[in-house]
Amino acid sequence: MSLDKATVARVATLARIKVPDSDLDKMAGELQGIMSWIEQLQEVDTSGVEPMSSVVEHVLNQRTDKVTDGGYADAVTVNSADRVQLGDGAFFVVPKVIE
Amino acid sequence: MAALTDLTIAAARRGLAAKEFSARDLTQAHVDAMAKARGLNAFITETPAQALEMAGESDRRLAEGDAGALEGIPLAIKDLFCTKGVQTTAGSKILTGFVPPYESTVSQNLWNAGAVMLGKTNLDEFAMGSSNMTSAFGGVKNPWRRKGEARDLVPGGSSGGSAAAVAARIAMGATATDTGGSIRQPAAFCGVVGIKPTYGRCSRWGIVAFASSLDQAGPITRDVHDAAIMMRAMASYDAKDSTSVPRDVPDYEAALGKSIKGLRFGIPREYRLDGMSPEIEKLWEQGIAWLREAGAEPVDISLPHTKYALPTYYIVAPAEASSNLARYDGVRFGLRVPGNSIEELYENTRGAGFGAEVRRRILIGTYVLSAGYYDAYYLKAQQVRALIARDFTEAYKRCDVILTPTAPSAAFAMGEKMDDPVAMYLNDVFTVTVNLAGLPGISLPAGLSNEGLPLGLQLIGRAFDEETLFTVSHVLERAAGFTARPGA
Repeated sequence: MSLDKATVARVATLARIKVPDSDLDKMAGELQGIMSWIEQLQEVDTSGVEPMSSVVEHVLNQRTDKVTDGGYADAVTVNSADRVQLGDGAFFVVPKVIE
Repeated sequence: MAALTDLTIAAARRGLAAKEFSARDLTQAHVDAMAKARGLNAFITETPAQALEMAGESDRRLAEGDAGALEGIPLAIKDLFCTKGVQTTAGSKILTGFVPPYESTVSQNLWNAGAVMLGKTNLDEFAMGSSNMTSAFGGVKNPWRRKGEARDLVPGGSSGGSAAAVAARIAMGATATDTGGSIRQPAAFCGVVGIKPTYGRCSRWGIVAFASSLDQAGPITRDVHDAAIMMRAMASYDAKDSTSVPRDVPDYEAALGKSIKGLRFGIPREYRLDGMSPEIEKLWEQGIAWLREAGAEPVDISLPHTKYALPTYYIVAPAEASSNLARYDGVRFGLRVPGNSIEELYENTRGAGFGAEVRRRILIGTYVLSAGYYDAYYLKAQQVRALIARDFTEAYKRCDVILTPTAPSAAFAMGEKMDDPVAMYLNDVFTVTVNLAGLPGISLPAGLSNEGLPLGLQLIGRAFDEETLFTVSHVLERAAGFTARPGA
């Protein structure tokens, strides 16, 4: 496995982070260093081991499936860098997404 | 009388009840200390006006005989907890201008108990770091210095501002969070007490998320008694956090002063690292001797998967972080860097808003979750995590609590370990296993290094057995008699 410049560029696109071309080599080196250190996990015998996604042993709390919150679009949008008030509603403004 | 800023929470509570001073006096003394110690860079936002107003309310409640458990106690809040109407940054540029319209459950619990907010403390960006050097607001200086040296040291991280503020006697206590050691390692570096409770004990609601299956809030205080007081006020069951555990919160103060005669404490042989510093080893031996003198019995235990804990963590935590941090898109809050399309807006905002370490971890997380690598990395890490948790389950058949050092070294200088991410990650070698297994862990100052810096011992407990941690750490604290204070 090798984390080359092209892989880093691809992953950065997946993560939606703009990385200047001039940074790619250095980042590939750093990430490669971390990943080869992580590689030692492959020596652990995990056959038959159930993957652990949570340490919480009890069944996650359940509640009735009904709306219990909401109705404050103003508070939700108040921290946006660009928002607009139209009638009774508050909206986020983004560049056009549908042609 | 001792300076008001030297009092513990327990002593201040008595003084307030006896009307020796008012909550306003107490808060004013800390507000002054905060202004005087600005050079430490421990706070991102100071809220002195709000603090004095809250203290006034406390005086009113004290007069009416309606005092809460933390009435009038000035605290600092890690800037990872959302505070209504007060800017919350997570130490990142990407949250520039974010003022939460809501309050985190943990901080709300503290205000309900009558506590006073001094301000928001500095931290590694999104709590990712062990030095506080990744903060977009600059590093925090540790109030401690090496004997005869003027060089500034790091306070540890990620809760470095909280630990420094408590050590420098700016705040009586502070909130902190711990994903891989972020409460315990800075507590050790700054000579204060820090406890990470069991996963699920404190609500994560309103805390900026880093790695949701590992993140847990806890207090940093100057002694074990204060940690017990503050822990009780912070903990609660909260329906707004689905992983919050519906269990009553015990009176942790009642656990203090109990005998530990007959208690078995485990010494994990895998924690004796090759090339471990002799002074850390000596401190650990000393801790064993103290507990033995108090009537407890050491037990040799094995946690065989210890060496795989950090590599496991560096898959699990970045994977969760890459998902949690997807919300910083330039649209809903914080920084926005324009682009010609929505994708460009996302990429520009996130490219400009995240610092190097956060970017690194998001990329690792995205990589290990991407098509073709999921099984080899993420699934594998979840399996090893299960084995690490199983190690503890096995060990607790033979002992009641585990004693280890908190960190492999004392505080290091600002700028050190910055060019090698893996060297920085190794700071958490003794703490990260605890997060992976969801257990409680406490760090307390137990001695000084040859250079005159504080060193911490860690106790690890069974799930939801914080009480044993308080009992045993109280015994250790008395034996250690740690009274040294930072000079800076």
